[in-house]
Amino acid sequence: MKKPSPLLSWTLPVVSGVIFFGIWYAVKLGANASDWLLPTPGQIFQAAWVERMRLFAAARTTAVGAVGGFVLATILGVSAALLLSLSRALRGSLYPWLLALQMTPVIVLTPIIQLWIGSGTPGIVTVTCLISFFPIVANTVQGLISADMNHVALFRMCNASRTQELFLLRVPAALPNFLTGLRIAATLAPVGAIFGEYMVGNSSGGSGGLGFLVYSYNTQIKIPALFATALTSCALGFIFVAAVTGLNWLALHKWHDSFERNDH
Amino acid sequence: MAAVSPIVNFTSLQKRYGDGPVVLENIDLSVQTGDFVSFIGPSGCGKSTILKLVSGLNPWTQGDLKVAGMKPREARDRQAFIFQDATLLPWLTAQLNVEIPLRLRRVSATERVNKAREMLALVGLAGVSGYYPRQLSGGMRMRVSIARALTLAPELLLLDEPFGALDEMTRNRLNEELLALRAQSPFTAMFVTHSVAEAVFLSNRIFVMAARPGRFHAEIRVNFPYPREPALRASKEFQLKVNEVSQRLHEVEEPVHA
Repeated sequence: MKKPSPLLSWTLPVVSGVIFFGIWYAVKLGANASDWLLPTPGQIFQAAWVERMRLFAAARTTAVGAVGGFVLATILGVSAALLLSLSRALRGSLYPWLLALQMTPVIVLTPIIQLWIGSGTPGIVTVTCLISFFPIVANTVQGLISADMNHVALFRMCNASRTQELFLLRVPAALPNFLTGLRIAATLAPVGAIFGEYMVGNSSGGSGGLGFLVYSYNTQIKIPALFATALTSCALGFIFVAAVTGLNWLALHKWHDSFERNDH
Repeated sequence: MAAVSPIVNFTSLQKRYGDGPVVLENIDLSVQTGDFVSFIGPSGCGKSTILKLVSGLNPWTQGDLKVAGMKPREARDRQAFIFQDATLLPWLTAQLNVEIPLRLRRVSATERVNKAREMLALVGLAGVSGYYPRQLSGGMRMRVSIARALTLAPELLLLDEPFGALDEMTRNRLNEELLALRAQSPFTAMFVTHSVAEAVFLSNRIFVMAARPGRFHAEIRVNFPYPREPALRASKEFQLKVNEVSQRLHEVEEPVHA
């Protein structure tokens, strides 16, 4: 796979962004839309500047909930994956239920979460965890059960124990899959936290988060500020993904084929 | 005593997978300690299956198989397997890959570091012990794989087309290195290959196999004394032996269907 030059990979999104904003202004002027219905990008940046302290504090609050849910999802997801990898029977009996949980919209579960776990931070962390849990489990299980057959044969011929096979072979072999799952989860965690704040936030937690701001700006009909909140949420998402991408690089760049090396 | 009893002994062995076709039929074979036995034949003749049976990975359906007088599984400590591709763990350096069999047998850290270092030096790779497999050439990877197999000083080495994916020059060099390693720490070898010249250069016994069902068609003795020098390949006797094996192989080749 040929990678585009760094210059091109920076200029292309800038060019498409300029075109996008151009169309935005054109639509705004052409349809003569009111600022209430469609603010200009300028007005949104202005609102972001005016509200910067609130947005920054809100992003920090949301980040706490998102990180909490993400870490919990990782711990539970990896544990579940290790368990499921142990036997086909276990996978057969538990995986459909996991899938059923994933198919249930979290919005349906929020009243129950509120009832069982409570509002505020615990509820937000639970919602985030539910939303980002599945890709971690699914990808990690896939990695754990698809270790190279010849590697497995090698281990068996050395009379390796099941524990040795799991931790010296299957776990490292599953690392790339696990990190793929983690990257998907990283895009979902901030979304989950904002959604959680919106649904189950209260004064004990999430009251200052981005999800709460959405609610607050909406009731005040501060539409440019609402767009600015979207922008902030987007930035938070990028920070999450960047962190996991960094982790991915740390774990894989030395040996994995997804990182090309030209040193020989 | 050890010299008279065969290290691997097949008696009237038959192998089939479930209700499928018979993979191996009526296999009688005894490999003596110190033998270098090659198996050559068309695809589907079951030559790789023979190695898998010896390693205890697969069960057979009839007859018997003993390795060092034991069931194959019980004799695992005495044997090592080299696969067609090097099957190195990509997340471990060459050094750590060679340490794997020692680690699986819970050999102490210092001992395993020293042993692996020694084995890498033996295959001429002391300088790249910190490299990851993808940084090594195909030939180097196979050398690491050989070093890994020999760390436990196996009595019996099973090789399943180990040099099939390499270019001819690398393959010839590795053939020579394999014989040199065997001179230093003697092992009995069972070697599966598609190359007649390779089989003749390495072996003292070559089994030509036929397919459907897999069976022995001919055994050819190769009596060139060890150590064998690269110059042997240029000799007339070598060429005659290659011709003889090719001739026997030709007899079992199936006509090509359109």
